[in-house]
Amino acid sequence: MSARVSVEPSGRGTVVEPLIFDKSRPGHRAAAIEAPGVETATAAELLAGAALRQRPPAIPELAEPEVVRHYTRLSHMNHAVDLGFYPLGSCTMKYNPKINDELAALPGFTWLHPYQAEADVQGILELMWELEQALLAVTGMCRASLQPAAGAHGELVGILMIRAYHRDHGGAERDTIIVPDSAHGTNLATAKMAGYRVVELPSSKRGLVDLGTLAEALSERTAAVMLTNPNTLGLFEDDILEITRLAHEAGALVYYDGANLNAIMGKARPGDMGMDVVHMNLHKTFSTPHGGGGPGAGPVAVCARLEPYLPTPLVERRDAPGADADGPAGAGFHLVGDHPSSIGRVRGFYGNVGVLVRAYAYMMRLGGNGLLRASEDAVLNANYLRVRLHDTYDVPFDRMCMHEFVASASRQKHTTGVTARDIAKRLLDFGMHSPTVYFPLNVPEAIMIEPTETESRDTLDSFVDAMLRIDRESREDAAIVLEAPHVTPVRRPDETLAAREPVLRWKPAAESPEIS
Amino acid sequence: MNPKNLKYHKEHDWARIEGDVAVLGVTDYAQEALGDIVYIELPEVGTEVSAGSTYAEIESVKAVSDVYAPLSGTIVETNEEVVDAPELINESPYEDGWLIKVKLSDPAELDELMSAEEYDQALAELDE
Repeated sequence: MSARVSVEPSGRGTVVEPLIFDKSRPGHRAAAIEAPGVETATAAELLAGAALRQRPPAIPELAEPEVVRHYTRLSHMNHAVDLGFYPLGSCTMKYNPKINDELAALPGFTWLHPYQAEADVQGILELMWELEQALLAVTGMCRASLQPAAGAHGELVGILMIRAYHRDHGGAERDTIIVPDSAHGTNLATAKMAGYRVVELPSSKRGLVDLGTLAEALSERTAAVMLTNPNTLGLFEDDILEITRLAHEAGALVYYDGANLNAIMGKARPGDMGMDVVHMNLHKTFSTPHGGGGPGAGPVAVCARLEPYLPTPLVERRDAPGADADGPAGAGFHLVGDHPSSIGRVRGFYGNVGVLVRAYAYMMRLGGNGLLRASEDAVLNANYLRVRLHDTYDVPFDRMCMHEFVASASRQKHTTGVTARDIAKRLLDFGMHSPTVYFPLNVPEAIMIEPTETESRDTLDSFVDAMLRIDRESREDAAIVLEAPHVTPVRRPDETLAAREPVLRWKPAAESPEIS
Repeated sequence: MNPKNLKYHKEHDWARIEGDVAVLGVTDYAQEALGDIVYIELPEVGTEVSAGSTYAEIESVKAVSDVYAPLSGTIVETNEEVVDAPELINESPYEDGWLIKVKLSDPAELDELMSAEEYDQALAELDE
């Protein structure tokens, strides 16, 4: 079997790309060019006896162009921020500047090995130390670990530190975490995964945390309150100082989900709000690549009282030889793991270092004023879209928003039967990714729009044109919206069937009889 | 539109009283709002549930949601059929899509629940 492209008579393309195993042909392979004048040996010669496998691994056999074309075709079936607008609310799909990748690809970074001697890796240690300082400057916290490999991982690390803190301070019976219904879905999952009972806090009519409701929910059983500020409605919690004060009075700590940090850089700092733990998503705020399951980075920063619990090792700078008799001697940067209260290591070695380099490149390129400007433009772009769309789509909390806002397709659903999902699908026909739909849960038919600061006025206007047109189509010719997308390689998959009877396969059916 | 013989809870759950046992499920409004339900996890028989607290998780193509108990008691039976075929909740929320049966510990809680008329009224207000 070779790659098949079938086209329906209507001209609507349906591309079928076989699995890479289906494309395998015995003997197909890429060429490896031997280095001139260098003595070489095969693995068989070097690995004698038991270490040598009996038969070659059952991996697909393909020539280089076949591999390149397979993965390039797959990439064409997807949307990407390098292809077009991607206003996926809460995900901060900003453009990732290519200079980040160029710098991360410098041989001095790519040829590093985690087992190298500390003296030989001073450059990367200095970068990690400076990145930590930059993140602390943005968040107003005391120390940070760069280890967590994703935002949700950072959350779990933060909550485990909170648990360790309570255990050491007579609060072992605190078994509850309060999460507002405008928080990120991962917050609830994190709290449960860490063994806590979750109390969900309903939002006020203004879409914010209600102080009275919070005060009622707080008790001597509360370990922490987890907050996203601005929240998932794109609204800044006006009462944030009062919220953290109430929580602290009840003996609870406050966790800040940094998912929406892109709205407030240089304007407001979680540390100044009274937050005890903060995680940041470098792939959101600091322009490192998203998706594909990683690699990501979710550094977690803490206030002074949680510092002893941070995962280790941490990078320390020691300015003079022997400056600290207890630590490793010598000037420069050191990996220090001697923290008896630490919750321990949470990731192999030092985290996803290549991602850290990209975030560092981004922050150094923009500088403090540039980051502030990025936040201002992110907020401006979101408000521009909100005001241009609020006559056509319901905006339940229609006032000045931060970096994102939540619209609703309720009006369209009631009058035309077109839902948020249909609108999302139709946007693909215009080369745009959908906003986040059906989240947050406290807005029916939610369409959560986050344009980010990297989009031009032209791009924003094109999006508005598409949204207005889809509304018009819903009223005049709903079928075109209900049957969308029309021009994508894959039309509308049956999401229900995929969820109820998933068939996940990476090998040909013949080799996976148990699920065929 | 909602059956008259049932009692309703504001989190879109219903209860049908059969002696000292209540049959519980989610309302038509809930299944409609959730969309196609693809997974439900029910607690074991013998588990205590309490009014206003969650006892199950329900997953649709849109979201994962909590299911709230309108009344307190001990679970005496669970609907294994909906676990195997969660679409029953979409197709028949008030009959085949029932979720659990609970032996009531505090029948006075019934007074807190809404009648069908009151629930219809609450839904009308939600829509405004």
